[in-house]
Amino acid sequence: MTMARAAASRRSLLGHSYNVVGVVASLVILAWTLIAIFAPYIIPHSIGDIVDDDYFGPMRQALWLGSDYLGRDMLSRVLMGARYTVGISLAAVFIACFSGVVLGMVAAVTGGWFDTCLSRFLDAMNSIPSKLFGLVVVAAVGSSIPVLILTLAVIYIPGAYRFARALAVNINTMDFMTVARVRGESTAYLIGSEVLPNIIRPVLADFGLRFVFIVLLLSGLSFLGLGLQPPLADWGALVRENIGGLPFAAPAVIVPSLAIASLTISVNLLIDNLPQKIRDRDA
Amino acid sequence: MTSGVLNLVVKRLGIALVTLLIVLFAVFFATSMLPGDTASILLGQAATPEAVAGLREAMHLNDPAILRFLRWLLGLLHGDLGTSYANNMPVAALIGGRLVNTMKLAAITTLLSVPLALTLGITAAMLRGSLYDRAVTVLSIGVISVPEFMVATLAVLLFAVYLKWLPALSSVNEAHSLTDLVRIYAMPVITLTFVISAQMVRMTRAAVIETLSTPYAEMALLKGASRGRMVLKHALPNALGPIVNAVALSLSYLVGGVIIVETIFNYPGIAKLMVDAVATRDLPLIQSCAMIFCLGYLLLITAADIVAIMSNPRLR
Repeated sequence: MTMARAAASRRSLLGHSYNVVGVVASLVILAWTLIAIFAPYIIPHSIGDIVDDDYFGPMRQALWLGSDYLGRDMLSRVLMGARYTVGISLAAVFIACFSGVVLGMVAAVTGGWFDTCLSRFLDAMNSIPSKLFGLVVVAAVGSSIPVLILTLAVIYIPGAYRFARALAVNINTMDFMTVARVRGESTAYLIGSEVLPNIIRPVLADFGLRFVFIVLLLSGLSFLGLGLQPPLADWGALVRENIGGLPFAAPAVIVPSLAIASLTISVNLLIDNLPQKIRDRDA
Repeated sequence: MTSGVLNLVVKRLGIALVTLLIVLFAVFFATSMLPGDTASILLGQAATPEAVAGLREAMHLNDPAILRFLRWLLGLLHGDLGTSYANNMPVAALIGGRLVNTMKLAAITTLLSVPLALTLGITAAMLRGSLYDRAVTVLSIGVISVPEFMVATLAVLLFAVYLKWLPALSSVNEAHSLTDLVRIYAMPVITLTFVISAQMVRMTRAAVIETLSTPYAEMALLKGASRGRMVLKHALPNALGPIVNAVALSLSYLVGGVIIVETIFNYPGIAKLMVDAVATRDLPLIQSCAMIFCLGYLLLITAADIVAIMSNPRLR
């Protein structure tokens, strides 16, 4: 059965390999990842240097993306901003999905009061609007990178938990789970070797969606001035500090917005264009 | 309605109540963790330690947190929201007018976005796979994928910068005529409508498509009913539950959207009040605002769940 399934998925992967949208989306994501890693080596100017006599300078040969509200090079600032936006979001989504999925699988496999209590509690957490939660917590303990990562992760754990638990509950009713239980396997073995391999693909797709949510929330918080603090600036903070350029459509306020959009739309499109097999809940 | 549905609804309401308590607790503790000692902030730099200690005593800041929480909760039940630290006014008075402003914004957005989104969602589902359907889908994915502030910036760029139809900022004080009113609400409402509608269109479309793929919808088509009749007479009544559910869920996105929109357009609503309160560390004000937001959010998602329960024919 496993072999048949593997063959089928390989066929569908090959069948979809010409999907242009998916390929373009993954190229954009790859580009931003590379930029996030190598930004310090490729930026033309230091992000703090004032290189333009004018503020909100237009796009031109010397400064490809113009200058910001202090006359700093916008290209360098956007490239470095990728580092913070992608880095913080990735770290947060890793923590959120890892904890959420592990808790969800354990809850589904063990059941009983552990499952009930955890589900109730996380449902309650889910009833706090995410932006409000971020606002209150970040205001309470200040806004540093670790605090941001943890806050974003905590906000999205309930969602990841709910998703993984729903999948794992289905797996839990399978015969091979009963067999494994009768063999006397531990919970760790059950979730690691029996449940996880069967839900990993939809979980990965969920990982991508949650990454988008986190990028959006982080940008929103930074835009409100509660995210990354100056002199550091992620894309949301770049929009905030250059919002004064909006009335004359300065590239300084448009480009960071476009950067966010290109990343989030690409991830969404990539997930939408994944082969059905990977996306489906009951893969 | 049978007792089964009633039981489920009552149970759902009970869960909402417990959730509300947990949320209030969380909000209270998060705000108690705000940096800085409130008493010394209030008295300013010239305060003597004795004065600070006295004020702490008077404000019950030395009591254990759980006691303060219960006192706060008791006050809430009496309709007493506390007194703002920043300007010594009752929080209820500060919030009152602002809440009305935000409700107005939310109401206008709802009135606009619900018919718009339902029309788009249902027609897209009917013409599934057509160019129109694809355009609607791509547009709604696009709006969902970008942050709210970007939708707002694009709206400003389009309507205020290039077309010069509307002012970029809004301020309710100057409303004297209908044109004033339009100029004030247009920008925030356009932004919010985009954000809310995108969610609603997607969910409505999915709900209708699911109903259209059922055997009875196919049966209607096979017996010779027109496509319009199949959708309106056979599919839509059954998709109504999921659609209302989608509407309520999408409206809960108003809570997040309004925070960004009020800030960017300088709209004097409760979200702006809260963001300002965070800056001035005005605890009672933050608590009350956060509570109102959570309450609104909780009401909407509970309503969505209850509609889903009631519309499930298997439970009747």
